Amino acid sequence: MSTTSTALDALNPLKKKESAGDGAGSHILVPGKLDISHKVILYLDSITVSFDGFKALNNLSMEIDAGELRCIIGPNGAGKTTMMDVITGKTRPDEGRCFFGQTIDLTRMTEPEIAHAGIGRKFQKPTIFEAHTVFDNLELALKTDKSAWHSLFATVNDEVRDRVSDTLRTIRLDTEAGRPAGLLSHGQKQWLEIGMLLIQEPKLLLLDEPVAGMTDDETARTGELFKSLAGKHSLVVVEHDMAFIEQLGGKVTVLHEGSVLAEGDLATVQNDERVIEVYLGR
Amino acid sequence: MILMYAGVINAALDASVVSRLAAEESEDKITAIKQLGQTADPAALAVLKALNDDVLYVAGGRVLVIIDDKATDAATGAVLAAVPDDAEGISINNRIRATLANVIAGLRLFDADRTVRLAAAVELQGNADPDAAPLLSRALEKESDPGVKAVLSLAYAQATLGANDPAVRLAAVKMLAESSDPRHRSLLLSLTDAANEPDGKVRAQAELSLRAINSRLQLSNMVGQVFTGLSLGSILLLAALGLAITYGVMGVINMAHGELLMVGAYATYGMQSIFRSKFPELIDWYVVAAIPVAFCAAALVGMIMERTVIRWLYGRVLETLLATWGLSLILIQAARVLFGAQNVEVSNPTWMSGGFELMANVQLPLNRVVIIGFSFFVLALVWVLMNKTRLGMFVRAVTQNRTMAGCVGVPTTRIDTLAFGLGAGIAGLGGVALSQISNVGPDMGQGYIVDSFMVVVLGGVGQLAGAVWAALGLGIAIKFIEGWAGAVIAKILVLVFIIIFIQKRPQGLFALKGRFVDN
Amino acid sequence: MIRTPFIVRFFSATSRRGWIGLGFFSLITLVLMPLLHLALPEGSTFHVSGYVITLIGKILCYAIVAVAMDLIWGYAGILSLGHGVFFALGGYAFGMYLMRQIGRDGSYKSDLPDFMVFLDWKELPWYWAGSDSMFWSIVLVLVVPALLAFIFGFFAFRSRIKGVYFSIITQAMTYAFMLLFFRNETGFGGNNGFTDFKRILGYGITTPEMRVTLFALSALTLMAVLVLGRYLVTSKFGRVLTAIRDAETRVMFIGYNPLWYKLFIWTLSAMLCAIAGVLYVPQVGIINPSEMSPANSIEIAIWVAVGGRGTLIGPVLGAFIVNLAKSYFTVAFPEYWLFFLGALFIGVTLWLPRGVVGLWRTMTEKRIAR
Repeated sequence: MSTTSTALDALNPLKKKESAGDGAGSHILVPGKLDISHKVILYLDSITVSFDGFKALNNLSMEIDAGELRCIIGPNGAGKTTMMDVITGKTRPDEGRCFFGQTIDLTRMTEPEIAHAGIGRKFQKPTIFEAHTVFDNLELALKTDKSAWHSLFATVNDEVRDRVSDTLRTIRLDTEAGRPAGLLSHGQKQWLEIGMLLIQEPKLLLLDEPVAGMTDDETARTGELFKSLAGKHSLVVVEHDMAFIEQLGGKVTVLHEGSVLAEGDLATVQNDERVIEVYLGR
Repeated sequence: MILMYAGVINAALDASVVSRLAAEESEDKITAIKQLGQTADPAALAVLKALNDDVLYVAGGRVLVIIDDKATDAATGAVLAAVPDDAEGISINNRIRATLANVIAGLRLFDADRTVRLAAAVELQGNADPDAAPLLSRALEKESDPGVKAVLSLAYAQATLGANDPAVRLAAVKMLAESSDPRHRSLLLSLTDAANEPDGKVRAQAELSLRAINSRLQLSNMVGQVFTGLSLGSILLLAALGLAITYGVMGVINMAHGELLMVGAYATYGMQSIFRSKFPELIDWYVVAAIPVAFCAAALVGMIMERTVIRWLYGRVLETLLATWGLSLILIQAARVLFGAQNVEVSNPTWMSGGFELMANVQLPLNRVVIIGFSFFVLALVWVLMNKTRLGMFVRAVTQNRTMAGCVGVPTTRIDTLAFGLGAGIAGLGGVALSQISNVGPDMGQGYIVDSFMVVVLGGVGQLAGAVWAALGLGIAIKFIEGWAGAVIAKILVLVFIIIFIQKRPQGLFALKGRFVDN
Repeated sequence: MIRTPFIVRFFSATSRRGWIGLGFFSLITLVLMPLLHLALPEGSTFHVSGYVITLIGKILCYAIVAVAMDLIWGYAGILSLGHGVFFALGGYAFGMYLMRQIGRDGSYKSDLPDFMVFLDWKELPWYWAGSDSMFWSIVLVLVVPALLAFIFGFFAFRSRIKGVYFSIITQAMTYAFMLLFFRNETGFGGNNGFTDFKRILGYGITTPEMRVTLFALSALTLMAVLVLGRYLVTSKFGRVLTAIRDAETRVMFIGYNPLWYKLFIWTLSAMLCAIAGVLYVPQVGIINPSEMSPANSIEIAIWVAVGGRGTLIGPVLGAFIVNLAKSYFTVAFPEYWLFFLGALFIGVTLWLPRGVVGLWRTMTEKRIAR
């Protein structure tokens, strides 16, 4: 602990807060409120997660900038899903720090709290509410007071309807609003899940294989959508589809055995010796 | 019989004392018995035994032992030519009987056989009164066996606690420090009070001795509780091992599991009936024969359950729970119709009844010892079946990836049936064990379902080692809590503990960590 | 924009058809049956006997329990095998009042309830304080089971115990309570529980008028529970609840904390059970620990399953079907009741997963399709 503590102090919002007043040019940090003044929206610092001795994440460090569109690739078992689990609070890291902006310590928060803070996640397998209509799916995801007490008295008013309709158009499901979500095609389910993410208005979107099972046309449209979102939102996309990654055009991070193997634009990582070795084997 | 009495009546006893055995007054009889007791004479013992067995008669002032129409003079040992017509039995009341028992025990202290002496010493230790003190001291002098001597000296100490000489009392109190008998504790306790014991030194020594006894009693209490806990744990383990397969490995929640135990127990009962009527000479071994029968009976019932009901509900856990509850109701009612609503009687074979003394005050009932051993046998069986056989490998393959197992040629549906039958059969084995220590009746299974699920949940689903530790740990914990809080509170506390435990470690003691766990 | 007042929204959640149904139901239970029982002489063909009133009244209480169970199982996907405990606790809380109402008319002519005299107790235990007041006993009914449910649910849901784990733990809970109440020292009459009630608020408990009053109260309560249930399941709360049932992780990742949703419906469900227990005890005249036996609680689940879970009318139908069958079987073929009940458990789960209501819906849908 002690050897790394100095390096980590820079990341520790509480320590910073103590000295907040005296440094020139410093500003007041509010714990619990997203602060991206340092251009970085997500810090992962030496994260280790082990399952029965097997290290799913091994000293993983990564930073995502605000407004960035980042692609993450890596062979199966590289730790992509576990990394998302750590960010969204599903798995607690054994070691390491995970901060959202400067101030929000994600390792101390529950999944709903993290969602409220502004991180949305799409799962590998589309998870939507199959018994609910497409409209209800979006209405439930809509950014609003999500306490049980509020839900007892909430009504679906015109404002809600407008916002849901906007999103329905974005994800091209406006004609399906009244259908049970379970009856949608696989690609449509993926879109609905993306829509549910968008309507939450998150700052950071984690997308686990968002185009799996989509037609080429749908994939291309998804790519367009993501590119239009970048800037306003930060996106982390885990994908295997290289053509799709090429279309997105952002920075690419290669994960291997739970840590970062290479990082850079697609062409750079594709020519990286070690990446080739990992993907092609020997 | 005759030899027992007649063979030893050779030396002459004091005829006047013997004749007083036939006195009218109980007091006189008791005095005579006590006098005879002081003689340490085998002949006296024979006469007193005869009195105890109601074969002592009086005819014309002579006291006779009459057995099988053969009369012997009690005092002289002379055999009479004929049994006198006016021979009248000497009657004794309960007070006399009690004295007799004590005196006979006292006399047996001089028996040639060590085991007889030991038994007599133990008996006397229970109720040694001051009268017995001289006899005991004589026996102590003669005794060479250290085991008997230890018991004797305790008895002597107890007998001399009330002596007039403080030095004798002090010695007695000191001696009693070696005791582990709760009765001695209460005797000593009264001596710590100035009202009962005038001598300060004796009182101080009583305190010391009391402390020694207490610590020893505490130890034996503890050992006793650990044993009963282990015993309960082994039963929980037997109940849970089957579940460890059906629920832990296959993920089938079987609420009729307790009823499979019942099937095993009734199978044991059935074997007992068959052995009683067909092979009475082998009755002691019916339990052994019941083991495979119970296994097969329960496995058969289990496989039928799987084929007809459970198979159609894989993946729908809550529905399985309800359907198997339905199965359990049917099995219970079937048992009522077939065997009656009352409990049936299943008795321990002789080699499983009784117990042995591990240490003073710690009696281990043999049936429970056998069951602890049996539970580990079943555990080993399950382990071998799951880890070393083809069936076990197939079961593990199917549970990990059904489709893939099917693709590589594992007959998945048959494996399901077999695996469920195996879990059910193991429950049947548990039933054999249960039949030996608890009631066998239609409702017997109901009480075990919650407990065995607790074991599986606590131990960690799919973990044999977890089930073992959880079962034994729960068993011992329950027994210790029962010790100071009573059975019901113990149950509630254990339940609360498990709920809190699951808070901290939702995957049980031996957790399978990983991303497979959640969904 | 004009906001619709809450009260209007609350009652408009129940559809027109629903209100017509409730109207018919109240006509039968609040007017027809009481009249036929009270006004007609006993020999008359149309006289409704006291037995029938009590039996139906009892089943109405069961129906409340079934709806409460359905709210938690059918809508939130949480199968409780311990709902009997809340029902019984409600019954016991009100039973304490009924015991005190006996006054000195018990067999020992004492101020204390008979079982306490029998145990040689000299005064009431502290938790019996105030039990002579109807008001206080109603407070207990509403607070004690709810508190138990809240604490239990808080810990269970917080640690994300769900599915079978939760079911088994609730079963263990009711089992533990049953053992606790079997003890004489617990102070609730041990084995025998409470019985021999004489009066409520000074009125005789066995009079036909009282019987009809309790009956009508049960019917009214059931209707109120149905209206409340309809509002809940059509509200956003209800939608979140079903979402939790279908994909709990998704619910968490869009920012809802399932804990409070589950806890609210769980506690409410327990309170409804307790209220049903209050209405049940004076009608059947006894409450004892066997009401807390695991078998009783799991039977509640089968009422809901038979009727059709995830619907509000289903549990009511189920409670009536199963309990009418039970009272028929246990008289006509007592040997076969358990066989029948067991077969019901198996049959419904295998062939009628959506219950009678589901069957009806499939049949009508087919007819429309044709």
